[in-house]
Amino acid sequence: MYTQALNASQSDELTGEDAAKISRFEARVAAEERIEANDWMPAAYRKTLTRQISQHAHSEIVGMLPEGNWLTRAPTLRRKAALLAKVQDECGHGLYLYAAAETLGTSREELVDQMLSGKAKYSSIFNYPTLTWADIGTIGWLVDGAAIMNQIPLCRCSYGPYARAMIRVCKEESFHQRQGYEIMVTLSRGTPEQKAMAQGALDRWWWPCLMMFGPPDQQSQHGDQSTRWKIKRFSNDDLRQKFIDATVPQARYLDLKIPDDNLRWNEATGHWDYGDIDWQEFNNVLAGNGPCNRDRLAARRKAHDEGAWVREAALAYAEKQKRKTTAAA
Amino acid sequence: MTVQNISLWEVFIRSRNGLAHKHVGSLHAADAALALRAARDIYTRRGEGLSIWVVPSNAIIASDPADKEMLFEPAMSKIYRHPTFYDVPDEVGHM
Amino acid sequence: MATAICIQNSALFMYVLGRADDALILGHRLSEWCGHAPMMEEDMALANMGLDLIGQARELYTYAAEVEGAGNDEDKFAYLRDVQHYRNVLLVERPNGDFAQTMMRQFFYSAFADCYWRAMMSSTDPTLAAIAAKSEKESAYHLRHSSEWIIRLGDGTDESHRRAQSALNDLWPFTGELFQANPEDDALFAGRIAVDPRGLLQPWTENVTAILRSARLTLPQSQWMQKGGRSGQHSEHLGHLLSELQSLQRTYPNATW
Repeated sequence: MYTQALNASQSDELTGEDAAKISRFEARVAAEERIEANDWMPAAYRKTLTRQISQHAHSEIVGMLPEGNWLTRAPTLRRKAALLAKVQDECGHGLYLYAAAETLGTSREELVDQMLSGKAKYSSIFNYPTLTWADIGTIGWLVDGAAIMNQIPLCRCSYGPYARAMIRVCKEESFHQRQGYEIMVTLSRGTPEQKAMAQGALDRWWWPCLMMFGPPDQQSQHGDQSTRWKIKRFSNDDLRQKFIDATVPQARYLDLKIPDDNLRWNEATGHWDYGDIDWQEFNNVLAGNGPCNRDRLAARRKAHDEGAWVREAALAYAEKQKRKTTAAA
Repeated sequence: MTVQNISLWEVFIRSRNGLAHKHVGSLHAADAALALRAARDIYTRRGEGLSIWVVPSNAIIASDPADKEMLFEPAMSKIYRHPTFYDVPDEVGHM
Repeated sequence: MATAICIQNSALFMYVLGRADDALILGHRLSEWCGHAPMMEEDMALANMGLDLIGQARELYTYAAEVEGAGNDEDKFAYLRDVQHYRNVLLVERPNGDFAQTMMRQFFYSAFADCYWRAMMSSTDPTLAAIAAKSEKESAYHLRHSSEWIIRLGDGTDESHRRAQSALNDLWPFTGELFQANPEDDALFAGRIAVDPRGLLQPWTENVTAILRSARLTLPQSQWMQKGGRSGQHSEHLGHLLSELQSLQRTYPNATW
């Protein structure tokens, strides 16, 4: 899941690159041709994509942690198996995405280092804690729901390897949101305590989920170039609106209240109007001050550091085998 | 500390007998046996495959996209290689 | 769901329950790795093995419930029994430790499960035979995966060798219980409903020592074997595992999840 519109597109100087090559490239993109790994591409396109795909990959991997927090406490065996399969899928999606990013010339190791050192970002949503079982339902329902809105257009991204990875991700992800919503249906039909648990989770996750679509269009530094390059196909606000419109009736079915007193159906626009998003909170979480930023990075660093001897062992064994084969030849 | 990177492998899956192996993505593994195992765990979780190939990524020799015109355009003009180039009278029927 | 369930005591029921407990506890342990493995490729593999085992546990619990006929189900068995009612071998409740400990535990268990389930495919009990047919394929893969890692860890670097050897020394005493037969199981063996695990010791030992030899690892001298899990005498670790596993069901009795 989980790309987040948070990359500030850097308007690299295009001078120095062959203007004819650039215009040929842009014509191909405009004609909806896919760009493949070996094709010539402007340095800024490569850089923007490497950053976006790797951030997306980091988000999948860090995203395993909040849900992983409930794997050992899932309340039935059916839920336990579904959650383990889902969190594992996220790992798989991270893998597909690192593989796509690597085709642009930066190794996975380098990309992971950028994340572990805090230099590269990942989706802000994973810096919030999962406090009750209802958070697992809510993440599937809302966080995956928001991610799907973001990701479906990426299946038509101009960069072939990214688009193919996203097709695979979207296909596999179709069960994630349903898994979450099913948990919410069960809780909202359950005991008063369970219903309160569900409402509490919605209260905590609603606004952070709306932030997943990135800053409002008038502030977004993104826009033009990514749109022209067909990396981005819809604006942050358009996707956010689409998400809200889809989610309101689902919340209503659960008989849960979305924590926004300004949420109103607008007959004229045919959309739901919503209240102001606290962008200060968003920027604060991005800056590293969310409730779990430190814990998430610490967990990833720990896994990386403690796994080093295993990776070294596998390499050492492969080296030895190679030497044996060469000696025998 | 610079640790050597674990090698990159390209993965090809045959989804059912009768079909060719198709490229599905890549992975990292220290050797061929681990690569095969990882390919199974990563790329066939939903019954996508009956057979797997893993190939070291650096063993693949690719054509240069800059040569695309030289390599592929000459074939475009040879329309006489295609059956529709030839007229067969309708009375003869399907051929 | 009630706060506790009463366990009926029939040989077949207790037998099936024990096998289900083995699979659940080991699957649970593997799920603890999710998101924390040494590399992403291995995160995928550990979760796959965990899912296979949880799947086996569910089928076995469901069959146990059918045999018992007391209206229990997989979740009641998993979530509403206390430590002393669990019948898994001690090996599977060992904590994950480092990757060498986890792989050694998996290797010992899978080497057993592989020959156990293959033999159980000819059980005269059709349900067990069907579960065996599915579980055997899964276990064969787990065995191959864990064997490959044992060889790489044992014959990798000095550090990985040291860790693998210490995992072997720590876990070896827990392997004997896999081959222990309870007196009440005799009728099941006689009716060829279940296989006598004592007969699996020799092939297991041959397989395991061959892999350990290629891994340049040495078997510990001591032949002392721990036991107790099959009769409900567990280590301290299981209680903590269950307190986590069962926390929601215990905190909110009678809720549906």
